[in-house]
Amino acid sequence: MNIIETKKLVKKFGDITAVDDVSFEVKKGEIFAFLGPNGAGKSTTIKILTTLLSPTGGEILVNGKNPAHEQDAVRASFGIVFQDPSLDDELTAWENMEFHGVLYSIPKDIRRKRITEMLEFVELSDRKDDLVKNFSGGMKRRLEIARGLLHHPKILFLDEPTLGLDPQTRNHIWKYIQDLNKEEGMTIFFTTHYMEEADRVAQTIAVIDHGKIVAQGSSAELKIKTHTTSLEEAFLALTGTVIREEETKSVDRMRAGRRMWHK
Amino acid sequence: MNVIYILWLRQLKRYFRSKARMIGSLGQPILFLFALGFGFGPIFQKAGGGNYIQFLAPGIIGMSILFTAVFSGIEIIWDKQFGFLKETLVAPVSRIKIMFGRTLGGATVATLQGAIVFLLSLLVGFQPVSLSLIPIALLFMFMIALVFTALGTAIASLLDDMQGFQLIMNFLVMPLFFLSGALFPLNGLPAFIDGIASVDPLSYGVDAVRGALTGVYHFSFSIDFAVLVGMIILFLGIGSYLFKKIQI
Repeated sequence: MNIIETKKLVKKFGDITAVDDVSFEVKKGEIFAFLGPNGAGKSTTIKILTTLLSPTGGEILVNGKNPAHEQDAVRASFGIVFQDPSLDDELTAWENMEFHGVLYSIPKDIRRKRITEMLEFVELSDRKDDLVKNFSGGMKRRLEIARGLLHHPKILFLDEPTLGLDPQTRNHIWKYIQDLNKEEGMTIFFTTHYMEEADRVAQTIAVIDHGKIVAQGSSAELKIKTHTTSLEEAFLALTGTVIREEETKSVDRMRAGRRMWHK
Repeated sequence: MNVIYILWLRQLKRYFRSKARMIGSLGQPILFLFALGFGFGPIFQKAGGGNYIQFLAPGIIGMSILFTAVFSGIEIIWDKQFGFLKETLVAPVSRIKIMFGRTLGGATVATLQGAIVFLLSLLVGFQPVSLSLIPIALLFMFMIALVFTALGTAIASLLDDMQGFQLIMNFLVMPLFFLSGALFPLNGLPAFIDGIASVDPLSYGVDAVRGALTGVYHFSFSIDFAVLVGMIILFLGIGSYLFKKIQI
């Protein structure tokens, strides 16, 4: 059974097509890696799946619901760790967690218990009453992940969750996520630039480039298809070796300009 | 209910934690009270307007509420830029609730700011006619705060960064303040100024606070109250609509 389906998904910002005719399926309970170079359309796709952006065209189903129309039902089914920071710097670590717990209506006693556990897990217990603005980048990242794992959704979106973390922390966090996946049947949808990470944990991999899906399958299938021996080589064979400009930035700027006055 | 409460609480925590902002935003009202209050006082007296501080203080209270409220609403732009808004927007909570929680929080902060200015105005000689009407004045202050926090939210929903902020300050917030009857009586004005003042929500807000504190209304208690209620509904409606449509 598929928990996420997209058919011919398109997202345009003015003249730029960020997501171009993308179709893929994510099976319930699997770990799905969504790979692509910078500016390939990964984050835009995630934003559409998580109701933050509405698509220009195509069909999507998340947990059987359409994110463009049944937003509240879709929002109730997933959790997300964003690529860029989304903590409130003026609140403490504990308060950020508490805020999240209340938004996701986790009952008070469970909420308190889980917050304590998760802060323990990312080793921030002793800093729980410090304002987040005094945290280092790595600490913020860990807090962000802990917050994303506070409630246990059906689908967990992780947009480059381990960016900037050391290998110890990465392994530690992936082990926890894999356990959640096994024990609770939680579907994991993630993006990463660490190919060995995707190779190790993902059951299905989709590669997106220039807004189009260029390959889809298990790590082994992608290697066979490209006649390569590692996922990194397969990825480079599929997407080329040209270094990408951060296209998302210019897209963002254009959107900003365009949306400033007419929406 | 919980959700609205935690959003409200967040606004208050942020307010009490940024002492610099709290104190900084008192500078302007104090300056206005002193410079205008004592500067124009004698002329106002000669022209038969009575004690200018009595007239001016409710206007300056209204001003500080207006500025703080619009700014609280506009803070959503910061939340967009620092990413926190995404966290609230993907949560399984209707956006109306998010907007209401934030707006109530922002309005509470603006009312507190207005209350501080009220206390300061007592130091420069402002004398409310009746202490028993202060709760009514506070209610009106909260109503002004709601109107303009919702307006700030509506504007912030349309903007992606602070570049338009100056534009909004100079072409919307400042005119709202200067043409509201906060600084001068609305009697015998040229027709076009009178016309603008009569569609400025702050005119009614300031008049209501002034009426409650000094007993002198330009419009009347019921007109002020009705207009403020209408404006709250209108701006909360527009604000919710635009907030609901935010895409990041």
